[in-house]
Amino acid sequence: MIYFKSSNIISSLGFDTKETFTSMLRGEIGIKSINNKKYYPEAFPASMIDEVKLDKEFDLIAIKYANTKKYTKLEKMLILSVVDALSKTDVDIKSKRTAIILSTTKGNIDLLSGDNNSFDSKRVLLWKLGEMIQDFFNNPNKIIVISNACISGVLAIVTAAMYINADMYDNVVVAGGDIVSRFVVSGFMSFMSLSPTACKPFDINRDGLSLGEAAGTVIVSRFENKNQQNIIFKGGATANDANHISGPSRTAEGSFIAISKAFAEADMSPNQINHISAHGTATPYNDEMESIAIERHNLLHASVNSIKGYLGHTLGAAGIIETAILLEEMEQNIILKTAGFENSGVSQPINIVSDNTNKEISCCLKMASGFGGSNAAMIISKG
Amino acid sequence: MEELIEKLKVQIIEQLNLEDMEPEDIDAEESLFGEGLGLDSIDALELIVLLEKEYGIKIQNPKDGQKIFFSLKTMAEFIQENQKGTAEV
Amino acid sequence: MDNLFVEKYCHIKNNSIFVDGKLVYADKDAEGLRAFAKSAYRHLKPSYNKFFKMDEISKLGFVAAEVLISDIELSSYSEEDISIIISNSDSTLVTDKNHQDTIDDFDNFFPSPKVFVYTLPNIMIGEISIRHKLKGENTFFIVEKFNEELIVNHINSLFLTHKSKAFVGGWVNQSEDDYEAFLFWASDKGGVPFNALEMKRLYNIIT
Repeated sequence: MIYFKSSNIISSLGFDTKETFTSMLRGEIGIKSINNKKYYPEAFPASMIDEVKLDKEFDLIAIKYANTKKYTKLEKMLILSVVDALSKTDVDIKSKRTAIILSTTKGNIDLLSGDNNSFDSKRVLLWKLGEMIQDFFNNPNKIIVISNACISGVLAIVTAAMYINADMYDNVVVAGGDIVSRFVVSGFMSFMSLSPTACKPFDINRDGLSLGEAAGTVIVSRFENKNQQNIIFKGGATANDANHISGPSRTAEGSFIAISKAFAEADMSPNQINHISAHGTATPYNDEMESIAIERHNLLHASVNSIKGYLGHTLGAAGIIETAILLEEMEQNIILKTAGFENSGVSQPINIVSDNTNKEISCCLKMASGFGGSNAAMIISKG
Repeated sequence: MEELIEKLKVQIIEQLNLEDMEPEDIDAEESLFGEGLGLDSIDALELIVLLEKEYGIKIQNPKDGQKIFFSLKTMAEFIQENQKGTAEV
Repeated sequence: MDNLFVEKYCHIKNNSIFVDGKLVYADKDAEGLRAFAKSAYRHLKPSYNKFFKMDEISKLGFVAAEVLISDIELSSYSEEDISIIISNSDSTLVTDKNHQDTIDDFDNFFPSPKVFVYTLPNIMIGEISIRHKLKGENTFFIVEKFNEELIVNHINSLFLTHKSKAFVGGWVNQSEDDYEAFLFWASDKGGVPFNALEMKRLYNIIT
């Protein structure tokens, strides 16, 4: 059995999972107008981390770990995230039976402009970023870095579970993060896929995604949490649409396959799912595609939400922070409303949550999709 | 107009990496996105970049692209109508 | 319980393509990856116009997969049973720099979607998937150098948990001044035993 031990979220709405969740419950939106030429010639909406707070919190940790090295913004976010998640468990990060998996799409990409002289240009390499994290914690295993577009986070968690099941490790710390950068903002702008306002997942007026920066951690383990409700990883998979490199399959081909395989591994059927945490980026095509995948799998009875309306699309962090929120929702039996959503704008009658809802949720599906035709699905349930 | 169309042929071949094509292979009236050149959604966005870069015309709504980029001829007509410095559409 | 084997493998290095350790194509005159990939494309004649839209590293991955998969009997598998697990050290750094060039100067600011879309390493997996209709598992790992244990363990786990029956795996990398590809086809049909030791040996057959 694979248990979720703890989680953390470093975001614009909080520096731990509970704080972030509570902010969302209150309806706070982390996506704000950013007017800074460092990122883009014009203002654009995004969810950004408070850097003053980040540096302050990180300095405290650095003292505790007696570490005087210089770290990039993303590294600080990741380290803080892992430190917090670890503090809630007795996992030994220095053990050979503990692995770290890192999920990121572009890592320290802000270093590519050459404006920042504080770091060697090699730091832009994702394995080097991973090494910095591994070294901070003195973990003896080569850190595993996964970079697979926006499914990286869910893929990393599914991979962690697979490795524990294969008896490669007892505990896996799954961390993910990405920053908002000119590189990414301008890229998405060229795709005309950014909404001019905070994004509206599944809404009839949805007009694009909002970017966000965040770091997140979930720790998965073969050991259960004593004296508390456990949530178990039941199954997961990825699949490719084999259709287009940036647009999703109109028939949700890859998403359908990934969900099928997740059910197969979990040995469960759709009627057992009570809630779905969708990818819900608020682009016209993604949300429509997901509604089709949900319908094709006879999951119309399940409640559906997306939390990207609060924190934006956090790329490599997305699958991880959204799983952390899902775990919190399951623990508290509260489903967060889909911020930004008012009226459904997808062709299938999926059950989108538009108000915070008290509901006993025992078994959930997490969905993710990304560039390159990639799709991922994961099923988790209360043990 | 003829000159603009010939110029566009060369620019499109370069911008969209239509490697094996020569300008004479492209018919000014043939549909760019259908059976003709078989361009896709990324190509459509690239044409928007081309319009801004080479002709200073900014298209705000990608959906307008369908009409404008129907064929080289419609593209040329659009450029001629809108190229007065930086026209915003 | 069935085991996996490396049924076939290829290397692309120094403007040369090797299959199962034997040279099958070379173009010493091609200067740079772009030129070599085009030369290899013309030799292979896959008749696939989308090739020219790809960035250089995706072209490299495409050519390696083309050479690898060309005589594999895919019909004995269902599309969702063939997975692609690739790794490299530089992610898409060369393409990243191309994108960065279009955004450094606000007076010459023209980010391009066709460049940006290729700034994710798994796009190469997408291109191979589209070409050969492969709908199985995908993972892209970033490692300092080819890590045979990582790839073998990952693929073995997918195989033993019945998530996939056949695999395209390996290493496809492009750095500023060099490139390298090593792709293998793994299945239960037979060939070189699928383990870290053999994988390391196969990778190093061409140095």
